[in-house]
Amino acid sequence: MALLQIAEPGQSAAPHQHKLAAGIDLGTTNSLVATVRSGEAKTLFNAAGQDMVPSVVRYTADKVIVGHAAAADAVLDPHNTIVSVKRLMGRGFAEINSDAEHIPYQLVDQSGLVAINTIQGIKNPVEVSAEILATLADTASQTLGGELTGVVITVPAYFDDSQRQATKDAAKLAGLNVLRLLNEPTAAALAYGLDSGQEGVVAVYDLGGGTFDISILRLKRGVFEVLATGGDSALGGDDFDHALVSWLQQQTGQSTLSHSELRQYLVTARQIKENLSAIEQLDFVLPLASGEFKGQISRADFDALIQPLVRKTIRACKQVLRDAGLDIEAIQQVVMVGGSTRVPLVRSAVAEFFATEPLTSIDPDKVVAIGAAIQANVLVGNKSDHDTLLLDVIPLSLGLETMGGLVEKIIPRNTVIPVARAQEFTTFKDGQTAMAIHVLQGERELVDACRSLARFNLTNIPAMAAGGAHIRVTFQVDADGLLSVTAQEKSTGVSASIQVKPSYGLSDDQVATMIQSSMLYAKQDMQLRLLKEQQVEAERVLEAVTAALNADAALLSDAEKLNVEQALAELAKVKQGDNTAAIKAAIEHTNHITDEFAARRMDISIRSALQGHKVDEV
Amino acid sequence: MNYFQLFHLPAQFELDLTELGTRYLELQRQFHPDKHAAGSERDKLMAVQQAANINDAYHSLKQPLLRAEHLLALRGLKISNEQRSFMEPAFLMQQMELRELLAEISEAADPYPLIDEADQQIQQQKKALLRQLQAALDANSPEQDHQAADIIRKLKFFFKLQQELELLEQQTQD
Repeated sequence: MALLQIAEPGQSAAPHQHKLAAGIDLGTTNSLVATVRSGEAKTLFNAAGQDMVPSVVRYTADKVIVGHAAAADAVLDPHNTIVSVKRLMGRGFAEINSDAEHIPYQLVDQSGLVAINTIQGIKNPVEVSAEILATLADTASQTLGGELTGVVITVPAYFDDSQRQATKDAAKLAGLNVLRLLNEPTAAALAYGLDSGQEGVVAVYDLGGGTFDISILRLKRGVFEVLATGGDSALGGDDFDHALVSWLQQQTGQSTLSHSELRQYLVTARQIKENLSAIEQLDFVLPLASGEFKGQISRADFDALIQPLVRKTIRACKQVLRDAGLDIEAIQQVVMVGGSTRVPLVRSAVAEFFATEPLTSIDPDKVVAIGAAIQANVLVGNKSDHDTLLLDVIPLSLGLETMGGLVEKIIPRNTVIPVARAQEFTTFKDGQTAMAIHVLQGERELVDACRSLARFNLTNIPAMAAGGAHIRVTFQVDADGLLSVTAQEKSTGVSASIQVKPSYGLSDDQVATMIQSSMLYAKQDMQLRLLKEQQVEAERVLEAVTAALNADAALLSDAEKLNVEQALAELAKVKQGDNTAAIKAAIEHTNHITDEFAARRMDISIRSALQGHKVDEV
Repeated sequence: MNYFQLFHLPAQFELDLTELGTRYLELQRQFHPDKHAAGSERDKLMAVQQAANINDAYHSLKQPLLRAEHLLALRGLKISNEQRSFMEPAFLMQQMELRELLAEISEAADPYPLIDEADQQIQQQKKALLRQLQAALDANSPEQDHQAADIIRKLKFFFKLQQELELLEQQTQD
């Protein structure tokens, strides 16, 4: 039990306070939330005593049901029960059609994006995922007895920009402060690494319900360096189930299935898969409208069905080793993640390929959430003396469309993030003031074979003769793997404006509208939430600038210092009130006043960062 | 930005890569966005930019060709992104011969001796050119810098050939 904290009036007790943070594994099949308590990362259980929550959302006329109860209704009400929504995140309507045969609910085209027609109207994958996130966050708040300061949400390393952005939007919609999107394999390595003080090169083989990732990491004195990552964002245990469904159809002779029949087949398929992990031969019963179908299947039969899928994962392992520039012998350990790694054929194929017995000591279903919780605890500031450093990479190359429908790569895959690369463009007509840029992600050379990320229109380019204006466009990928773009005309220094049209994502306005119209919040809550967000940010700015003043006031002239102090006093005053817009304005004003100060401090800190070293030391 | 200064390393072609790696991690430990996750929006943005700079600097110094280009850029000679055709008959002839050798590999019944031969030739040439590059850059004179730029252009051909050879080797193994 914590001792009572006494703080002087006006002084915050915040720096010593343990902040509540959680790691969330938003999975295709199941989702989990975990947190660090008393130094140990553990998954959290809901009121019903479960920590693994099926990633299933059912919409009824007046309610939204998430988790086990929704999963139980999947057969009963397949049209309104959304399963494996992660496979739809950040995807276009046209892209999904090929999978449509497996999807029992009605997909609709929401201005290019895929969405689902439910009894409550059209719901997009971001909204569905937000329901799952809100449920998990609720479990965490109730267990921990307070609101979460921030969360770390895991994503497959192979997720592209649209899929990451969709995940972040879902968190926003659920009212969560995302500290970081963390790649699942990195989270898994973090969970193992801290447990065993591992050093060396490890492979993380992550076969979940709907995605497959393979990553190669180097662990050295607390540094987790991702050397290469690869995989398939549409391959997972669900495909094992579907292979079994096809097999079952052959057995029963039912070539076409209704939606609820398909659900029933899938339930049986999943039972068969899970049972065959433990036994060699299984007698099963498939309930059908016409009566029960009784059958028998051996593990060898099952292995034959999934062999092509498993081989596909091994091919990806080969590719990622090449990308990392390593031989198989360099891999010292293999970490297994995801429920599908319980399948014996998967384990033996991985063990054979890497010539080492894979690590399975942490539950493969929970290892990602545990790693996320460890990182959330660090990022929220509960562990100031921590020594871990996660250096992650961008999983897919970023490029631009050039003449003839070709893609020119500007940031190759496996580049360490954050990364910024600039590209120069010039106008080709006299007086040209606008320019269109198309950003793509993928490894292929043709535009059509890559994924369209966004189209940018550069406008307000100063009118000059053809070739006169040089626009420098900077593509920046942050630590979450998310892209942002800025542009500047070089000779005049004028910033060109950018209108972003994400190809498979929601614009900021759309997200804001979704938040406002969301059933998750009453209107009043919404305004309170916006006010609180600004107050929290104001507090961060106050803390940061005050600390900077205490440390480096010498970098400012007396007049500059006075300006900063005035801005701080004003911000502190406005923060007490309830005028959201005024707080926002005061934050912006303070930032503006202190921009130069911050730049000078950064300059000094980077110069003194390696002070222990002298140039002539080498 | 002077990448050598950032890492407190001498501005020369020869570099202790282990030391570079150590200093890189030391910088990232301080400036990586994860160290500023609880900061204000502006601080977070600055951390992203700073960490991106450090990554870029490390990336450029780690690879010999990029390092040489950076060194020349610091001396006022920019050769990245140039669109200049390269003319030196003897060199072009040698490139063509190597390309023919590569073409033979994909058709050969037993490609491994040919792969080894191509690899040996490319490695030898690369090594020789890298030695010349080091000497030219160490001389640190405008005339030698232009020499160095020419050597870099030649080396780019060899690095490209090497990549293609590796690809061929993979295809053979598959």
